[in-house]
Amino acid sequence: MKYFLKRVIGTIPVLLGVILLIFIMLRIVPGNPAVLLLGEHYDQATVDRLTEIMGFNKPIIEQFINYILGALSGDLGISYKYSRPVTDMILEALPYTVRLAVMAAVFAWAIGLIAGIIAAVNNNNFIDRIFMGFSLMGVSMPIFMTSLVLQYFLSFKLGIFPMTEDGSFVSMILPAIALGWNSAGSIARMTRSSLIEVMQADYIDTARAKGLKRAAVIIFHALKNSLLPVVTMMALQLSSMLSGAVITESVFAIPGIGRLATTAIQNRDMPVLQGTVLFTTVIIIAGNLIADLLYSVLDPRIRKGE
Amino acid sequence: MSSQDMKDIKLNDELQLEIGERDGIRDKLKKMCRQNHLAAISAIVILIIILMAVFAPVIAPYGETEAILIDRLQGPSMKHLLGTDELGRDLFSRMLYGSRLSIAIGILPSLISLVIGVAAGLTAGYFGGKIDYVIMRIADVMLSIPSLLLAMVVMYTLGTSTVNLFVALSMTGWSSVARVVRSQTLSIKESEYVEAARSIGVSRFKIMTRHILPNCIPSLIVLFTLNVPSAILSESSLSFLGIGVRVPQASWGLIVNQGRQFLFTQPWLCMAPCVAIMIVVLAFNFLGDGLRDVLDPYMQR
Repeated sequence: MKYFLKRVIGTIPVLLGVILLIFIMLRIVPGNPAVLLLGEHYDQATVDRLTEIMGFNKPIIEQFINYILGALSGDLGISYKYSRPVTDMILEALPYTVRLAVMAAVFAWAIGLIAGIIAAVNNNNFIDRIFMGFSLMGVSMPIFMTSLVLQYFLSFKLGIFPMTEDGSFVSMILPAIALGWNSAGSIARMTRSSLIEVMQADYIDTARAKGLKRAAVIIFHALKNSLLPVVTMMALQLSSMLSGAVITESVFAIPGIGRLATTAIQNRDMPVLQGTVLFTTVIIIAGNLIADLLYSVLDPRIRKGE
Repeated sequence: MSSQDMKDIKLNDELQLEIGERDGIRDKLKKMCRQNHLAAISAIVILIIILMAVFAPVIAPYGETEAILIDRLQGPSMKHLLGTDELGRDLFSRMLYGSRLSIAIGILPSLISLVIGVAAGLTAGYFGGKIDYVIMRIADVMLSIPSLLLAMVVMYTLGTSTVNLFVALSMTGWSSVARVVRSQTLSIKESEYVEAARSIGVSRFKIMTRHILPNCIPSLIVLFTLNVPSAILSESSLSFLGIGVRVPQASWGLIVNQGRQFLFTQPWLCMAPCVAIMIVVLAFNFLGDGLRDVLDPYMQR
């Protein structure tokens, strides 16, 4: 319990740091944002009034505190471009990204675990090499490449899947595979090395000596323990998936969080960019925390070590 | 050896001596080449690609932006090895020129983040306490923000240009380097020879750079080799989204971005640079894996 509390409190400075960093970086853009908002055809009085309303004239510390207080009550500011609350825009985009990420994760874990186990069982022989070659290739392919290749062959040539997202389940399959491909590669590699390590432990020999079948030993004895380090990878995967979603959503025209961020840059829409980056980062920090806590539940040695 | 003697030895010589004696990096590299053919081949591939990038103006049959409008959107042929784009620019030549930027963006920001990471990690690990806490929390902050999004924020602030892309990518990689260097510093600073150096009055800076840093070099080589491909991927992703390298300059990611509109009619326009990116990234990953196996077997995969 003490460990739990310590970990939860430990994330607060990081969270504040993230907000501060993003906040400052987006504020040092040269020029008065009010002028940027209005364009060149407005008189000074209008610019002044808008500066006043938006609070650009206040000291940066005050702006920062106001922003945090707003963020805590769910107010992330108003979009320059669309004049809508950023929170609403994020909540609208969220279901798309969540669905994409969940499907990609399911794909990545299924493929990654199976490939990792097969490779580990065939430690260092031909099959292992092939599987590991493929998984390294998975890690090395840029996400846009996977997306474009899938789009070209499966949508255009074979016509099995729709080109772009249209809200249906089938249309999400390709983006999910494209997004999960990289993660599948790293999960396979991690599973393999961790499983090989566990397979060398004494208790595995004991289980084998008892007369258990090889498959049973792997599934009931080895896999359970080798999955521990793989659990921590879940958090890392979350981060890379939310990064990758920016690309996949752009290729398949999915109106998710990543798309929001990309268009915010094109529109120079600071509040939206700030909101999406913060929102994503908070999710990742929460994911890290949950993975850590889960890990300490699964492996009590961690708590003792702290 | 008195402290005066130690000061007399030049920094470079001592670094060389320490690496040579304690780690035998050269021997280990030879061992890797003998045992791990994949890593050796990858090293050769990387070398060839770097040479091609350096000598791009000599090799390329056409100029970087040379447009031959009659030849636009042609398929691969003897005249244009990889075909031409919508302005009649030779894709092979353009990719050769693009490789210069893509490779440079892979290597330079990785070097910069290596330097920042080493400085931060050594300081945090050696001094400990509050300094350690602050530096590592900053590293945590940088690690929590997805690197692509962080780079996007930097590009928003600084504006999209090639130079700013270097800055953005240099900012993202240092935190993982800092973590590794810090943890190694923590264990090495307790060792007897560091204590001996301290007791004869060697300055902190020298202890850090001459006695602790050389021990981190094997891990740093591995980290650097594995940072390069992620920088290349980040660059290509940003350029692909249109917030990286700007036309008329070429980078592989940007060529994919421009070729994308012809995906269904002239697929080679975006597939060729994609394959090039994959080959380079794959080669660096294979090499990094091979280096890790010989130099730093205990490092986490």
